[in-house]
Amino acid sequence: MIQGTTTPGLPRAARVATLLVPIAFLLVFFAYPVIAIVGRGLAPRWSLDLDPLGDVVTDAALRHIAWFTVWQATLSTLLTLAVGLPGAYVLARCEFPGRRVVRALVTVPFVLPTVVVGSAFVALFGDGAPLAFLGIDQTVAAILVAHVFFNYSVVVRTVGSLWSHLDPRPEEAARMLGAGRFRTFREVTLPALRPAIAAAAAVVFLFTFTSFGVILILGGPGTATLETEIYRQTTQFLNLPLAAALTVVQLVAIVLLLVLTSWIEGRQRVTLSLRAANETARRVRTAGARAFLAANLTVMALLLGVPIAVLVERSFDTPSGFGLDFYRALGEVHAGSTLFVEPVHAIANSVRFAVAATVIAVVVGGCAAFALASSRRRGLDALVSLPLGVSAVTVGFGFLITLDHPPVDLRGSWWLVPIAQALVAVPFVVRVMTPVLRAIDPRLRDAAATLGASPARVWREVDLPIVARAVLVAAGFAFAISLGEFGATVFIVRPDQPTLPVLVYRLLGQPGPLNFGGAMAASVILMALTAVAILGIERFRVGTVGSF
Amino acid sequence: MRRLLFVVLLATASATAGLVAAPAASAASSTTITLVTHDSFAVSKPVLAAFTKQTGITVKILQAGDAGAALNQVILTKSNPIGDVFFGVDNTLLSRALDQGVFTKYAPAALSTVPNEYQLDPSHRLTPIDHGDVCINYDKQWFAKEKLAVPKSLDDLTEPAYKGRLVVENPATSSPGLAFQLATIARYGENGWRAYWSKLRANDVKVDDGWESAYDGDFSQGANHGTFPLVVSYASSPPAAVYYSKPQPKTSPIGTMLDSCFRQVEFAGVLKGTEHQAAARKLVDFMLSERFQADVPLQMFVFPVRDGTPLPAVFTKFAQVATKPLSLQPADISAHRDAWIEQWTDTVLR
Repeated sequence: MIQGTTTPGLPRAARVATLLVPIAFLLVFFAYPVIAIVGRGLAPRWSLDLDPLGDVVTDAALRHIAWFTVWQATLSTLLTLAVGLPGAYVLARCEFPGRRVVRALVTVPFVLPTVVVGSAFVALFGDGAPLAFLGIDQTVAAILVAHVFFNYSVVVRTVGSLWSHLDPRPEEAARMLGAGRFRTFREVTLPALRPAIAAAAAVVFLFTFTSFGVILILGGPGTATLETEIYRQTTQFLNLPLAAALTVVQLVAIVLLLVLTSWIEGRQRVTLSLRAANETARRVRTAGARAFLAANLTVMALLLGVPIAVLVERSFDTPSGFGLDFYRALGEVHAGSTLFVEPVHAIANSVRFAVAATVIAVVVGGCAAFALASSRRRGLDALVSLPLGVSAVTVGFGFLITLDHPPVDLRGSWWLVPIAQALVAVPFVVRVMTPVLRAIDPRLRDAAATLGASPARVWREVDLPIVARAVLVAAGFAFAISLGEFGATVFIVRPDQPTLPVLVYRLLGQPGPLNFGGAMAASVILMALTAVAILGIERFRVGTVGSF
Repeated sequence: MRRLLFVVLLATASATAGLVAAPAASAASSTTITLVTHDSFAVSKPVLAAFTKQTGITVKILQAGDAGAALNQVILTKSNPIGDVFFGVDNTLLSRALDQGVFTKYAPAALSTVPNEYQLDPSHRLTPIDHGDVCINYDKQWFAKEKLAVPKSLDDLTEPAYKGRLVVENPATSSPGLAFQLATIARYGENGWRAYWSKLRANDVKVDDGWESAYDGDFSQGANHGTFPLVVSYASSPPAAVYYSKPQPKTSPIGTMLDSCFRQVEFAGVLKGTEHQAAARKLVDFMLSERFQADVPLQMFVFPVRDGTPLPAVFTKFAQVATKPLSLQPADISAHRDAWIEQWTDTVLR
């Protein structure tokens, strides 16, 4: 039953390689830069000075920042799970027309630049806005709603991808034996889903723990988290010692969290029997089920649909009535300037970076997932997720002072952007792939081997089909992440090849309706691009289902 | 299944090949120097091309975050510089830039065309390129409709008539926010500015984290049509509001409160440790040339420092410039800036 006693049919050399690839990647592009920049802050002349760390503990304002960071991230995670789990169920198990489109659409918020979403939320909740009566503008409530908006798809996709392949027969057996709906869920479904839920929760926590734009734009002045404070201390005050101390606090918190979730994930590792998604989905029949589906779709429409609708509406709402002026302006405003980028080029840049980042993330993350699934190396699990919890500015500034000599002189290099994006995407790849890989029934392999299949053939015919679709789901996620990624790349010296989020940011930085409208139009293009990419990847999935 | 995997592999392989080929194709043959700057830097492509044609020097532009983030990157990498020239040190950052010793001395001949008021670095490591004033902007229509007089002075803003009408940016996170705080320090002095901000707070001043939220989100002439008719922005916002509209209005919907203006001067300098000293100096020369200076207003919406540079019509018609802007000594700003921001936070937010 317990994994780790059997080894997947990979040759030993391949297994060592799968372990080395992620470790080398993280050492060079994460550990080394972060240690160097923290070292510059805490041990400027090779003698350790821990006073700044003491300040974080004794200074009431800093302590408050640390506490608020953990508090808002915990609450955001719980809320996202509460709203996202029913959504994951509906999209995984309920058969209804347009399911695939809905599943692709819920991912769109995830890639939107925070400046743009912030602007949509202000347009909804701000002074004089339609929902101003709720009074949540510049409050923690606004932050929490925005965090749920952004991370909903993390829960839906991470948990949903396992849920849709969960064998429904144990549940049916439990119901048959007289267990109620809730008891069946608690005692049969929940334990099976536990690893995926823990994985999703960890990711959402890390994302909200290091949330930046949402905190600044929606939290109002005076709201600070470790992330915003590290940014302020590094980029405004050049107070490297304090920034380093705060980074250490961030790291400690994340390691604690990862150890905890890793323990939850590992505590009950059952081998699940997985089924093809189309075998598990049920058409909605009863009135209760219909109401449940309707309620969930309504939540999605309100929470995810309304802010997006606001953005789309504003991209067409020109001073001279509804029209395409802002889309046209994208190709005209700033023309002839170095600031100008043809929208087509911004799209091409975005796609190019995203393809490169996806390839890197899938290779590195895929290797890590294999290593994780084939043994009990729990440390690696935590290690690959660390980059999500460390401030982008810390990593970015770390890059500058470390990757500056051949053979890895990456400063100003094209590759810096996809590498930084891949750092963020790898944990997703690992978290999507590992539960699926772990759940492969070893008896299938044993049976194949008994029947005379070589290890390579066992791998090819048993593991690969299951792996292939996990890879595609992971790749879709990685692609979406890199498409919308902005935080990590903005601090890194980059060549003049702006992506769509950068274009949005540039336009928002200048006054006048054409700039603002252009930013909205570019955001809508970014959303459309994401939806198309995800839909395309979802199509691929269908072809692989039969191989289960 | 296998065919699908093959397609995926093929797609990835060709995409990767495309990636590797792309940067290789852009390899330069002549001298290439790197200009490190902030995200708002812009120059017309023909103007930059003219420089390359004249000198044979290609300029690679690296935009490295906002002005503070870009400068700090240069400071952090001074032992192995990331570029040859830096543009975008303003007077609030000037002293830090000089103290950290990241620039080498260079005094372009064209400095003689720059008025003394902009020449803030007697050691000639940083050359003034442009200036722009941070000022309070007002919504003309709103004041006309409400039949309320436009505030004339900073003192007026504490009057009950303007209660809940002003939105500013947080100086801890925003450069115009900091400039406006410095304006109040210049006006009310080291001992008086906190009392002034207490009065503003009592008069319900709204604080946003950045310019975008304040201008686009809360300002009544911004994209969201907010409820605040007064906002901390730039003297160049009135012409920009006209320039970036279609069709362009006959008058700007925005006015500038001249009493509130704080002057920001932006500098360029040759980075210490550059291997292209001569080429780097030529780029600084070029930034002070008539052609580049005339290009500055419509590219970055700031004013050229070179005397006699013609301004575009949209500036001469719609921009008002304070004759006596507020200012502070760069050394003063550098010495007190962190403490001032801390005190501001205590006074206004806590």
